[in-house]
Amino acid sequence: MAKENRDQDNKAADAFRATDPAAAENSRLEDRVLRVLKDNAKISPDELALMMGTETTAIKEVIAQLEKQQIILGYGALIDWMKRDREAVTGLIEVRVTPQRDRGFDRIAQRIYNFPEVNSCYLMSGDYDLLVTVEGHSLRDVSHFVSEKIAVIDEVLSTRTHFILKKYKMEGHILKSPSDDEREVMVL
Amino acid sequence: MSSDKPTSPRLSDRVQSIPPSGIRRFFDLANEMKGEVISLSIGEPDFVTPWTVREAGMYSLESGRTHYTANQGMKELRQAVSDYAGRRFSLHYDPLKEIMITVGGSEAIDDAIRALVNPGEEVLVPEPAYVAYNACVKLAGACPRSIPLSAKYDFKLQPQQLEAAITAKTRLLIMAYPNNPTGAVMDRQDLEALLPVLQAHPDITVISDELYAELTYAPNTFTSPAVIPELKSRCVVIGGFSKAFAMTGWRLGYAMAPADVIAAMNKIHQYVIMSAPTLAQYAALEALRHSEELVRDMREEYDGRRRVLLRRLHDMGLPCFIPGGAFYAFPDISSTGLSSEAFCEQLLFDQKVAVVPGTAFGNCAEGYIRISYAASLENIETAMQRMADFVARHRTLINKEQVKKAHAGI
Repeated sequence: MAKENRDQDNKAADAFRATDPAAAENSRLEDRVLRVLKDNAKISPDELALMMGTETTAIKEVIAQLEKQQIILGYGALIDWMKRDREAVTGLIEVRVTPQRDRGFDRIAQRIYNFPEVNSCYLMSGDYDLLVTVEGHSLRDVSHFVSEKIAVIDEVLSTRTHFILKKYKMEGHILKSPSDDEREVMVL
Repeated sequence: MSSDKPTSPRLSDRVQSIPPSGIRRFFDLANEMKGEVISLSIGEPDFVTPWTVREAGMYSLESGRTHYTANQGMKELRQAVSDYAGRRFSLHYDPLKEIMITVGGSEAIDDAIRALVNPGEEVLVPEPAYVAYNACVKLAGACPRSIPLSAKYDFKLQPQQLEAAITAKTRLLIMAYPNNPTGAVMDRQDLEALLPVLQAHPDITVISDELYAELTYAPNTFTSPAVIPELKSRCVVIGGFSKAFAMTGWRLGYAMAPADVIAAMNKIHQYVIMSAPTLAQYAALEALRHSEELVRDMREEYDGRRRVLLRRLHDMGLPCFIPGGAFYAFPDISSTGLSSEAFCEQLLFDQKVAVVPGTAFGNCAEGYIRISYAASLENIETAMQRMADFVARHRTLINKEQVKKAHAGI
């Protein structure tokens, strides 16, 4: 019921935005704020306000709203663990499961994603059902986790584990030391 | 006149009539110090060309497209330029007869000047201006005539100034908005104000250098003079890919003008250049077709930096008119008691920050500096902190001297 209400609210908001220029402007501001935060979550509301030509309070409101709507889910550092810990590995695990009556995949997914070792968990179209990423300190760590915790769940029919050998790009960031500015110091 | 007399018999009078850049030494120094210097002096985007565009260039090489194109440029590309100019700027030109592809906007400027003036005739150059105009005019044997613009009018060309500068020998007016180095933009109203003067002098052609057209920061402020119906047949519009699509090193631009002018310019182009690089033309085709969103993102990013930069300048008490386009701010630094060049040189040595003296763009810009915000926000912030210290120190020096003078007066 609550979900239906929210859908209706969203639809009303979309319709409102289409006719009201102020709402459209606000929506544009939200998009711009998100684009900047995605690359630099550390930026202060003051600086954001300055960049967007608006007031700090307006920026704070926009961010609070985006957080409340769970469009912004959190602020974390993007870490290349493989650089920190040479043995660290990420496994991508394809999981095939039997969906449960009334609850579909959600309950099984929940059983899996609640493990802190699980970094992400997606329901997929195609040959398998859930794609689970697991981070661990070693290959053994991850395979152990899969065989001990995931494969043994009753509804899990099969698992297939792939290990990441090298990360080139992660969350839109290319994992290479930034190249120096090669431009001449002075160019008219 | 005698002081300008060429000194080397081997070299042509024309090339010797172009003075060597007075700040070259300073540039070399700045480049030597590279690494420790934060540079806000660069007139090119800090973004790398969007990948989709680079990839299209590589694909053209893989496919063996390594031959000359038509002199005037690939037909497909001219069509794409025509569509783009119509869509983005309401400029409508026939891709077959009224558009040509050049090696950067720079070549198009040179072609246009050479196609339109005779030796001894005059070309009006509103200053401060990009450094190439005067040189190209002189190399064509013509005489540049500076129109000094003022911060009082936001560095926009005023009709009475234009009228006063026109003589019987005037053939060309060079307009360049959004402007390098000031960041000034002339909107439709500003352009229409010039109309009566231009209509009273129907023999003058306007070269409109619109390299920065994609970079304006208020919605719909960019208007090409060629959009005004009375002016279209008298304009040569020059555009390019360098600034809008971060493609400086590809060296690709274009000119749009009435067919007779394009035909004349193309004559020069075909003997000097043959055709613009094929690789770059394929890349540009991709840029025009598929990167509007990337351009929007770059523009937004520049706009954010522009606002931060202006606030910092304001905070340190340096007057700066609000630049509506390009990626430059042009603050007045005369309150520090330093000349433009002294300011830039000392800022470079004391604080390791490189900016360009206004005088590089014309004598009327003494007392100004050009700051480029084609640099990361982080570098802009650090450079502005350093500059604030520098400015504050020089202000204290001035105050002390004033107090000393006042005491001496008593």
